[in-house]
Amino acid sequence: MSFSWTRVGAIFIKELRDYRRNRSVIGTMAATPVLFIILPTIQLIAANVTGKELSVRVGLSLLYMLVIPVMMPSVVSAYSVVGEREQGTLEPVLTTPIRREEFLIGKALAAFVPTLVIAYAVFGIFLAIAGLFAHPAIASAIYAGTHVLVQLVFTPLLAGWAIWVGIGVSARSTDVRVAQQLSVLASTPPLVIVALISLNVITVSTALALGLAAALLAIDLLAWRVVAAMFDRERLVTGRPR
Amino acid sequence: MTTQQPAAHPADGAEAVSPTATPDAWKGESALVVEHLAKRFGDRVAFDDVSFEVGYGEVFGFLGPNGAGKTTTVRTLGTLIAPSSGTAIVAGIPLNAKNGPAIRSRIAVMPESPGLYLRLTVLENLQCFAGLYELDDVRGRIGRALRAVNLEDRARDLCGSLSKGLRQRVALARALLSDPAVLFLDEPTSGLDPVATREVHDLLASLRERGVTIFLTTHRLEEAERLCHRVAILNTTLRLIGRPDELRQQLFSRSVDVRLRAPLDDPQAVLGAVPEVEGWEQTPSGYTLTVSDPDRAAPALARALVAASADILSLAESRHSLEDIYLKLIDEDVEARSR
Repeated sequence: MSFSWTRVGAIFIKELRDYRRNRSVIGTMAATPVLFIILPTIQLIAANVTGKELSVRVGLSLLYMLVIPVMMPSVVSAYSVVGEREQGTLEPVLTTPIRREEFLIGKALAAFVPTLVIAYAVFGIFLAIAGLFAHPAIASAIYAGTHVLVQLVFTPLLAGWAIWVGIGVSARSTDVRVAQQLSVLASTPPLVIVALISLNVITVSTALALGLAAALLAIDLLAWRVVAAMFDRERLVTGRPR
Repeated sequence: MTTQQPAAHPADGAEAVSPTATPDAWKGESALVVEHLAKRFGDRVAFDDVSFEVGYGEVFGFLGPNGAGKTTTVRTLGTLIAPSSGTAIVAGIPLNAKNGPAIRSRIAVMPESPGLYLRLTVLENLQCFAGLYELDDVRGRIGRALRAVNLEDRARDLCGSLSKGLRQRVALARALLSDPAVLFLDEPTSGLDPVATREVHDLLASLRERGVTIFLTTHRLEEAERLCHRVAILNTTLRLIGRPDELRQQLFSRSVDVRLRAPLDDPQAVLGAVPEVEGWEQTPSGYTLTVSDPDRAAPALARALVAASADILSLAESRHSLEDIYLKLIDEDVEARSR
């Protein structure tokens, strides 16, 4: 039996339906972007339009945008396996023909797609506010250089990292709360590099930004293979390794 | 009908097997062939040296006390757990890690807990599993599955709003969606009230009539006696396997219970004179007689008792329940372990 996108789709649609009826998930998904757009907007309005402070403020504002793809999916993906296990819904799914890769990709996509939509939407709103209401010098600082490119490229890559870390932690956890705390903590390291770029501590060319992105993509792919290897039906069902 | 045998089913067109049919009726039509299967978790033995066959169309009861290894056996045959040793063929496919998806596509497992997505409707739950099995004609299959469990009118209800009994029926509908070659039911009535239990029993009886192959684990003996063609009793190792009436004959001598208004003056003279009676003992309400053939012994006994002017209240073959068999075996195990 070969890899089936139908089975991936079944998991993906089920997850989205589950989110839609879960007030906590909807609340978190709605509140996080709101929080993360207020602070950068204030940073922009209150910014001194000259000097190094401008650069730092713009960098900080953009960094807030990149926290969204790390924070949002990590909580949801940390729930993905251990949550189903706690609810007793994992075993019926694992007794179907689904392969672990199909299950994991379905779960990952269900966290990835809403994250990407929301993160890009928030960034779009942020750019629109900057263009319409910020001082022209601030707006041009945001639109200039590699800022927009970094946001567009690193948003899915950071989300991918956070999701695989979350699912990996979830596949080996026995408690949802512990899984969520651990996954948020473990998702943040790549954000440090992005922070250094956003704050102009590391001055990057387009080529370097793309090189870092390629490295992060490679890490994401490696993380996916590691998580797939960690997904052990026997351990998940019995709580004991094979 | 939702539960017809699939196209590749070796027993296509086979009639539902009557509960009195001999096990030979299923030979050569094996849905499950298990040989010396064992599972150990470190030093702990979950089950050991388990061998049996289950024919297509058969309802096979797997009995045993808590911790006997029933659920682990189901999980092993359902490819969730790798066996430590032994072999098995499930729905015609050898049990190994590589064949896991192929085996799972031909079977369905209903775990003890229904495991429904409570924030999804009944329909959405079934749609999800139809996708996982890559089924065609999803709408038709879901409709038939819901009809089979009498839940058509609850399709749009959230599973979280259903009673435990209804959730169990949804789980059964989910298991029937793919027309499995073998349906594994793990304690399907566990935790249900008597009404819900009866509903599930009726559903299982209707599946049996339709020739669905069912592997039923339970510790409810009346459930097994009512629904299963054959039963196996597991207590880490397989203790006994056969039809309930065969097991009775194997474990208990045949006997006749006689109830009289008053005890006989000379029981040995009356009861010992009947050739079919091999022995007797007095009970509070009469006598229990060990006999070679109850059908021949009963009329002869009746004549002898009437001749002795005894007032007969009842005279019938002793009927040992499956519970008697079960308790006898488990007691033997307890005694053996305490030695």
